[in-house]
Amino acid sequence: MLNLTHWEIGPIFRALMRNKTGAILIAIQIAVTMTIIVNAIFIISERQKLMARDSGVDEANSFYLSSSSFGEDFNTEVTAAEDLAMIRQTPGVIDAMQINAIPMSGGGWSMSLQTKAGDDIDGTGAAVYMVDEHFLKTLDVDVIAGEPFTLTDIRLRKGSSTDWPDKTIITKSMAETLYPDEPWHSVVGKTVYINNNEPMIITGIIDQLQAPWIGWDGVERVMLSPERLEFTSYRYFIRTEVGKRDELMPQIEEMLANSNKKRLIRDVRSMQETRERSYRQHSAMITILGTVMIVLTVVTGLGIVGLASFSVNRRKKQIGTRRALGASQQAILRYFMLENFIISSAGVVLGAVLTVGLNIWLVKAFELNTLDWYLVPAGMVSLWIVGQLAVFGPAKRAAAIPPALATRTV
Amino acid sequence: MFSYYLRLALLSIKRNPILSGLMITAIALGIGASMTTITINYLMSANPIPEKSQQLFYVQVDSWNPYEAFDEPNEPPNQITWTESQNFMRDATAFRQTAIASSNAVIEPQDQDSKPFMSSIRLAYSDFFSMFNVPFLYGNGWQAAEDNDRALVVVLSRKTNDTLFGGENSVGRTVRIAAKDFKVIGVLDNWEPIPKFYDLTTDEFGSPEDIFMPFTLKEALELNNGGNTNCWKSPEGEGFKSFLLSECVNYQMWVELRSEQEKQDYLNYLHNYVAEQKTMGRFAREQNNRLSDVMQWLKINEVVADDAQIMLWLSLMFLLVCLLNTIGLLLAKFSGKTAEISLRRAVGASKSDLFYQHLVETACIGIAGGIAGLGLALIGLQGIKALYGEFADKVTSLDMNLVIIAIILALVSSIGAGLYPTWRICKIEPASQLKDQ
Repeated sequence: MLNLTHWEIGPIFRALMRNKTGAILIAIQIAVTMTIIVNAIFIISERQKLMARDSGVDEANSFYLSSSSFGEDFNTEVTAAEDLAMIRQTPGVIDAMQINAIPMSGGGWSMSLQTKAGDDIDGTGAAVYMVDEHFLKTLDVDVIAGEPFTLTDIRLRKGSSTDWPDKTIITKSMAETLYPDEPWHSVVGKTVYINNNEPMIITGIIDQLQAPWIGWDGVERVMLSPERLEFTSYRYFIRTEVGKRDELMPQIEEMLANSNKKRLIRDVRSMQETRERSYRQHSAMITILGTVMIVLTVVTGLGIVGLASFSVNRRKKQIGTRRALGASQQAILRYFMLENFIISSAGVVLGAVLTVGLNIWLVKAFELNTLDWYLVPAGMVSLWIVGQLAVFGPAKRAAAIPPALATRTV
Repeated sequence: MFSYYLRLALLSIKRNPILSGLMITAIALGIGASMTTITINYLMSANPIPEKSQQLFYVQVDSWNPYEAFDEPNEPPNQITWTESQNFMRDATAFRQTAIASSNAVIEPQDQDSKPFMSSIRLAYSDFFSMFNVPFLYGNGWQAAEDNDRALVVVLSRKTNDTLFGGENSVGRTVRIAAKDFKVIGVLDNWEPIPKFYDLTTDEFGSPEDIFMPFTLKEALELNNGGNTNCWKSPEGEGFKSFLLSECVNYQMWVELRSEQEKQDYLNYLHNYVAEQKTMGRFAREQNNRLSDVMQWLKINEVVADDAQIMLWLSLMFLLVCLLNTIGLLLAKFSGKTAEISLRRAVGASKSDLFYQHLVETACIGIAGGIAGLGLALIGLQGIKALYGEFADKVTSLDMNLVIIAIILALVSSIGAGLYPTWRICKIEPASQLKDQ
């Protein structure tokens, strides 16, 4: 039987009104706690979404290193060909190639492509990776329309070159951004313009590959340019068989360093480490906010325990009297639980308003996204539960007060 | 009287160890979290060169694409082209000026056992050292004549000098950099401006470069571009020279101007310069010249990370929760003392005596919480350092100012929290509680 008058909501409420301060303090605490927790959870989930994105390469089994020549008369073209032949022959290596920049690493090249030639036409930015015909296996990408590059497509790019090859392969995302009104596979064969007027034919489309900048909103927009690099400093990207990476990293570093003393091999780094470094800020934020949430919940919980214990102590005599007059232990327990529920309700309602308010401010000031609506009711329910759990101990002790206490003077 | 109240306070704290402990913990957590984030924000927004930050100006002119602003809505590029760097330095109309850029090259130690290594280079003009008050351990910077002569001279950072010469005075010695023999003319003392304000394009909390050499060597030695290179138009023609003469921006320009008049004069100079370039077919955009002093330039570049600011605000709200908690607990604690208070009132203590007494008690709790909070802040900063690694090394150390801020924050907030409960308890009538006894 659900009989609301049995629940004594009226008397509880009137009693609360007679001693508002403690209740108001707890309600505000609950409200602010909820505001922080819900916004923190939202920020955490946003960061987790960012971190869950796939870079497109075989992250677990890939690494890279850079080779910088010094001294005069260094033949980069010959050295690179020898290096790559050696690396590709090494047991455990799936494939390797020269590249100008690394996904997720934070440093790279971008160029603007436009669908019509002309100085005054708006272009679409894309990250540029200069690759050779080994890119399919090395970068672990699939050509989903058109053709991959072949050996004859690859030209030699010098440090001072400013022009571009006449072919390019782009990601599906880039194809969709360049030609929003056409299905992506029909983009193969079209001509786009780089440097406003220089034509390049799109000969293929790859499924997915990320740009070097994880914070860029066009992170999925990439173009591949078929070029070997004759720079004083460039990188080799190497993909290994599963589980062979850690063993091959020092081995290949040493092999290259010994093969030619007129250059430096440096920055040997796995893709996994690159990911950790680039996303470190986000994983740190997740840890910090998580810690704050836990500590905050404990503080608020203890505050509720403290104040409830105090109010139980102060009302010992009244509780004894009620018990003597026939109230059951259940009724006393219910009284304190309900009292907390009423206070928490006021707190979470205020909390919902503050939560949305803080989010609106964060959106304005820091360009965060708008809160997922369901986090607000979820936060409300969680704090209700925290309140009920915190008050349960003191309420239990109140219920244990013997009726005989009413007859004693304190 | 004070020592008596202090004794009473300690007694009262001892009598309710759990409640008092909770209060101290709550304040300590709030202070610890806030101080951690305040420290990071304080260090990130620190003035790296307070003695002359208002006399150093970063120069921007709008040489960008006629059809599209460098940055919305109408921001000029954050760096200048090689052409501007050469023209500004040739005209030299400011009190002091330097165009700067970053690059890198391989250093080959003379000692055959040491491996060659890559070093970062700051290309600068001779005024750089005096403009930015760069401290020298040995020797000096170079002179204007060496800028013009493209002299192969180098200033080493203290760390580089330690690596190459074991920390000895190396002035006059030779170092092989980028396959050329350079003469060392100076060694810097420790110099770590936070943030690294003179070049914010990459790694604004990084360390200054390993070596410093005349800017003019960029062209002579064909040194590569460090930092960010942005182009709206690709270079016309092949080769290093055409790249230098392109519309790509990769250089920074600083001027030292000692008065408002000098600043106006320099703005006029920029205006006339751009007008002149327009007649030569460059600078198709409207005049949009900027001079930003150091703190303005840091603000424009949003050096204080968004995440640090978000954490600051969240931690202040956290402190608020902890204080509300303390108010509630104090109320609880004080109202347990009503009998004692009315007795003291009855035997002659005035309201203000009681107020004073309880304020001493809350201050004790505040100080204890503040000290514990400082400890927590130290742990918090270590935690941040561990989480962010080298990126946070320079923004996670407490200095004396911050310790004082922490104590004041703890005292103010705990006394603030204590005011209402104290005020309430002093309203107790002398006789009200005695009747019961």
